[in-house]
Amino acid sequence: MKVLVAVKRVLDYNVKVRVKADTSGVDLANVKMSMNPFCEIAVEEAVRLKEQGIASEIVVVSVGPSTAQEQLRTALALGADRAILVECAEDLTSLAVAKLLKAVVDKEQPQLVILGKQAIDSDNNQTGQMLAALSGYGQGTFASKVEISGDTVAVTREVDGGAQTVALKLPVIVTTDLRLNEPRYASLPNIMKAKKKPLEVVTADALGVSTASTNTTLKVEAPAARSAGIMVKSVAELVEKLKNEAKVI
Amino acid sequence: MTILVIAEHDNKVLAPATLNTVAAAVKIGGDIHVLVAGQGAGAAAEAAAKIAGVAKVLVADNAAYAHQLPENVAPLVAELGKGYSHILAAATSNGKNILPRVAAQLDVDQISEIISVESADTFKRPIYAGNAIATVQSNAAVKVITVRATGFDPVAAEGGSASVEAVAAAHDAGISSFVGEELAKSDRPELTAAKIVVSGGRGMQNGDNFKHLYALADKLGAAVGASRAAVDAGFVPNDMQVGQTGKIVAPQLYIAVGISGAIQHLAGMKDSKVIVAINKDEEAPIFQVADYGLVADLFEAIPELEKLV
Repeated sequence: MKVLVAVKRVLDYNVKVRVKADTSGVDLANVKMSMNPFCEIAVEEAVRLKEQGIASEIVVVSVGPSTAQEQLRTALALGADRAILVECAEDLTSLAVAKLLKAVVDKEQPQLVILGKQAIDSDNNQTGQMLAALSGYGQGTFASKVEISGDTVAVTREVDGGAQTVALKLPVIVTTDLRLNEPRYASLPNIMKAKKKPLEVVTADALGVSTASTNTTLKVEAPAARSAGIMVKSVAELVEKLKNEAKVI
Repeated sequence: MTILVIAEHDNKVLAPATLNTVAAAVKIGGDIHVLVAGQGAGAAAEAAAKIAGVAKVLVADNAAYAHQLPENVAPLVAELGKGYSHILAAATSNGKNILPRVAAQLDVDQISEIISVESADTFKRPIYAGNAIATVQSNAAVKVITVRATGFDPVAAEGGSASVEAVAAAHDAGISSFVGEELAKSDRPELTAAKIVVSGGRGMQNGDNFKHLYALADKLGAAVGASRAAVDAGFVPNDMQVGQTGKIVAPQLYIAVGISGAIQHLAGMKDSKVIVAINKDEEAPIFQVADYGLVADLFEAIPELEKLV
């Protein structure tokens, strides 16, 4: 079966975020960008399905600026067969991204689409569910285990109280949770080989999708800073402070 | 304006997060209706009708809604939601699973995990793991929003007397089915609702050592959490993880034991009222957000703390 994986270029998760002084957003100039961690897990799952002989082709797609080609090359180095970049400059909302991905899904007709459960920049946790709604497919969100047999997929999902398993009819949208797998690293020979793999660039306009949004971000601010704490010297002093000063126990 | 709140429940009991979601609806202003979609969810519907401030409870009782499968529940919510100004759900795993599907069916953008209501169309929400706060305005005809429970004090569970109305609509997409679930058993308070949380990290060294934290938690009536390092090392199950990719908690008191304080962990707990850090590394970043810090070996400090509280 054909597997489509969506990846997003985001601020590297180890970078300390700086909010711009004019409150227009977060400062992304000259900071390290990477593939969103949950997307790495999505790519890894697709590659494992190929290694098991279940997936025949892995197409990786990203919606974003031309620099997102770096992340697509990374996915190719990890084992994806070819890449599609839907190029658009501005920061799109999840619904707009889902609509663009729907256009790609219509064209590619994959049996399985894997996305991360959320991107660590916008923290929305929406795109996979929205894509499932637009395509009319079943959704296996926050997946910690994916088992394909015949035309159904059993997805074990991380839910608040523990784990839940659902059975979904293919084609299916799956979003990954942290526990699904441990992503591999790209080897140098594979990075070199990835440069020769096909990477197609299309524009949002060419897909005939409107990316208009009903949301407007008015401002972005730094969170309120916590006032400096104190160091205590002993457990007894700590208990005394918690009881009499903070009054929380 | 009329607001539709999606009740969080397991067909028997209404989850506390519903009360926080209603609190957000009260801040928006307008009539508040609560939808209870499930199977045999009469008790949950009765509980919803008693919530202070709720005008009407809609009950959609159907086998297709028994396990809150989004393929079946989302079309129901989208259909009912068309007549409302806002659709709200708690940012729980169910709310996060279902609501974006509803938003896409209504062709509107969703606003996830709001932490405050600025006006009926403007909300604040954390981005970048809580390292920035965005103010977002929506001009959608129906505003679809998930609510971070810790951002809103719950409304009273008693005192209301809403009318209860059955909804006939049945949607069964027939593409998904519930197979089973495995819920972690615990007598301690639920992590996201606990007043006190005691969390352990890699410094606990192994799963067995978490018994020290359990003993302390039981004495304090606290829930026990963990950092991702402790979960990945297999010390504890992953539903105990506090952080950007785990649970977001904001208790009165958060005690971090053997946790260095990586930014992804801080994202899940830095809105706690009082933070205590116990770590033997005085350079650990957790001390920068802690109200009270103690540099000590946790294997000596925790038993002593348990004795003194």
